[in-house]
Amino acid sequence: MKYVIIGNSAAGVSAVEGIRSADAAGEIVVISEERFPVYGRPLISYYLLGATDRSRMNYRPEDFYEKMGVRLMLGERAERIDVSAKEVVLKSGARVGYDKLLVATGSRPFDPPMEGLGEVKQKFHFMSMQDALDLEKALSVRKRALIVGAGLIGLKCLEGILGRVKSVTVVDMAGHILPSILDDAGAAIVQRELEAKGVRFCLSDSVKKFEQGTAHLAGGGSIPFDLLVVAVGVRPNVELVREAGGEVARGIVTDDHLRTSLPDVFAAGDCTESDDVSSGARKILALLPNATQQGFAAGVNMAGGDSAFGSAIPLNAIGFFGSHVLTAGSYTGESYTEADGDRYRRFFVQDGVLKGFILVNAPERAGIYTSLVRNRTPLAGLDTARLEAAPVLAAFPASVREAMLSREV
Amino acid sequence: MKRIYVNEKWCLGCHLCEYECAFANSGLDDIVKALKGKPVYPRVTVEDCGEVHFAVNCRHCSDAVCVRSCISGALSKGDDGVVRIDREKCVGCLTCVLVCPYGAVMPAPDGHAAMKCQLCTDNGFGEPNCVKHCPNNAIVFEERAEVRA
Ligand SMILES: Cc1cc2nc3c(=O)[nH]c(=O)nc-3n(C[C@H](O)[C@H](O)[C@H](O)COP(=O)(O)OP(=O)(O)OC[C@H]3O[C@@H](n4cnc5c(N)ncnc54)[C@H](O)[C@@H]3O)c2cc1C
Ligand code: SF4
Ligand code: SF4
Repeated sequence: MKYVIIGNSAAGVSAVEGIRSADAAGEIVVISEERFPVYGRPLISYYLLGATDRSRMNYRPEDFYEKMGVRLMLGERAERIDVSAKEVVLKSGARVGYDKLLVATGSRPFDPPMEGLGEVKQKFHFMSMQDALDLEKALSVRKRALIVGAGLIGLKCLEGILGRVKSVTVVDMAGHILPSILDDAGAAIVQRELEAKGVRFCLSDSVKKFEQGTAHLAGGGSIPFDLLVVAVGVRPNVELVREAGGEVARGIVTDDHLRTSLPDVFAAGDCTESDDVSSGARKILALLPNATQQGFAAGVNMAGGDSAFGSAIPLNAIGFFGSHVLTAGSYTGESYTEADGDRYRRFFVQDGVLKGFILVNAPERAGIYTSLVRNRTPLAGLDTARLEAAPVLAAFPASVREAMLSREV
Repeated sequence: MKRIYVNEKWCLGCHLCEYECAFANSGLDDIVKALKGKPVYPRVTVEDCGEVHFAVNCRHCSDAVCVRSCISGALSKGDDGVVRIDREKCVGCLTCVLVCPYGAVMPAPDGHAAMKCQLCTDNGFGEPNCVKHCPNNAIVFEERAEVRA
């Protein structure tokens, strides 16, 4: 059996592990456009911050590929899938045959139309190790940075560079920061913390035009800057599957066994859509835990096993300079809020289950809440007064607890 | 593998396991020096709920969601089944805290990393020190694979 994986990141290496859990002998080839062995992609901001370094960013031990019997093709881009010949065509023209193929191509940054963007000399994205290294070269305590996008990636970039530049300004169309995961009140706490460190935010605003080191905003203001980071969003890399005739909606469409509509072609990670069990909607969940779980299940299935992955939910753990924002699930239904200074907790309950939550600076044991969301556990059987106060296993009936703590799990 | 299991009915709620855990992981060889007058940061949590008390340790899950979710590769499951954290690699993002269904990973006191029970394989004690000092066998360290469905 010959397995080919396109993409050497969280989903790709998890698939290698999935394959090897079921097939010790088959040949595995991993094709990667990036030239580095697998690293924790989210760690690029921690790298600039100095909280980690190149040697500790390896997501798997150095001997991983050797131990797993993987032929790693670094710096090779897959251009096309030839479904009838069962071959991947590389940019170099070479063809790599497969019995089972995994597309784990992730996503790429997206530039919104902004006048003059093309002429900005010091313009960066923040998606890859190479992006971080390029940005690092441009950092200087004499330079003013402008970040367009107050989402997860823009603000992690901010944390990474704040101490290494003269100033940072962040512009976003949304009315509050981290709009995809926070409400107004939660965002206000994080914004306050960041402003106290000297960050300037221009919210409900956007760049109309770039002109020789100045960003002119739609709201009338203008911001002089020396380097620009564009972090407004990402697009899934779906083209290989789409051009081969496979089904693609916003992301690559798969079933719960990660099979695409193309024979013997699987897909996993940020390039796919998932069923978000907390909302019932299909969406792209561009999150590492989702990529690894999908990747592992895909690998098992490629090797002839039977592994369904059907418990995807939005999950975010993000923090800045010691603060912590933990969120999960969907923000629908009735909500219950508790605010106390910089600590903020909000829970969303609908149809008798916990749908989602926001925890700002209250991380302790949050996973107990997350598993309620993921498992859609009926709250009726639980001691909800205890759960509201804190995430505790004491809120479960003794028999459930027995299964958790007195048996192998 | 041998894991720590709870006998809830026998737990007195004395919290001794928490102190013994904090001591075992303090790097000091005198429990008084290690703990007296200092905040205690154990990796085991005793929950008290009226008459009911029980200790929660990492379950060293067969399919550990913390390992799959870690953004840095700091968490791994060894060939011996023990789920360990590499503090050097950990960046303290707390994704593991967000996903562990038992609330068994916690922020480390220095704020830069997470910490969890590694069954005292990492501190020279060799066997779980909490279990050793539980006065009532309310936590035990044993093989229970037979109950697996
Ligand atoms: C700055 C930053 C911070 C983040 N923080 C978090 C966080 O805290 N928590 C979290 O859960 N998630 C976070 N994420 C998201 C997380 O990194 C992704 O969800 C995860 O990396 C997805 O893994 P993947 O394997 O699906 O895709 P990717 O990691 O995107 O990898 C895809 C790989 O495929 C390669 N590739 C693509 N097309 C081709 C081709 N045609 N031929 C060959 N190779 C190809 C790419 O070069 C890339 O190496 C963050 C992302 C960024 C950028
Ligand atoms: S930390 Fe939690 S999820 Fe990880 S192995 Fe332990 S109990 Fe399981
Ligand atoms: S806190 Fe550390 S161990 Fe936990 S998920 Fe983040 S990097 Fe991994």
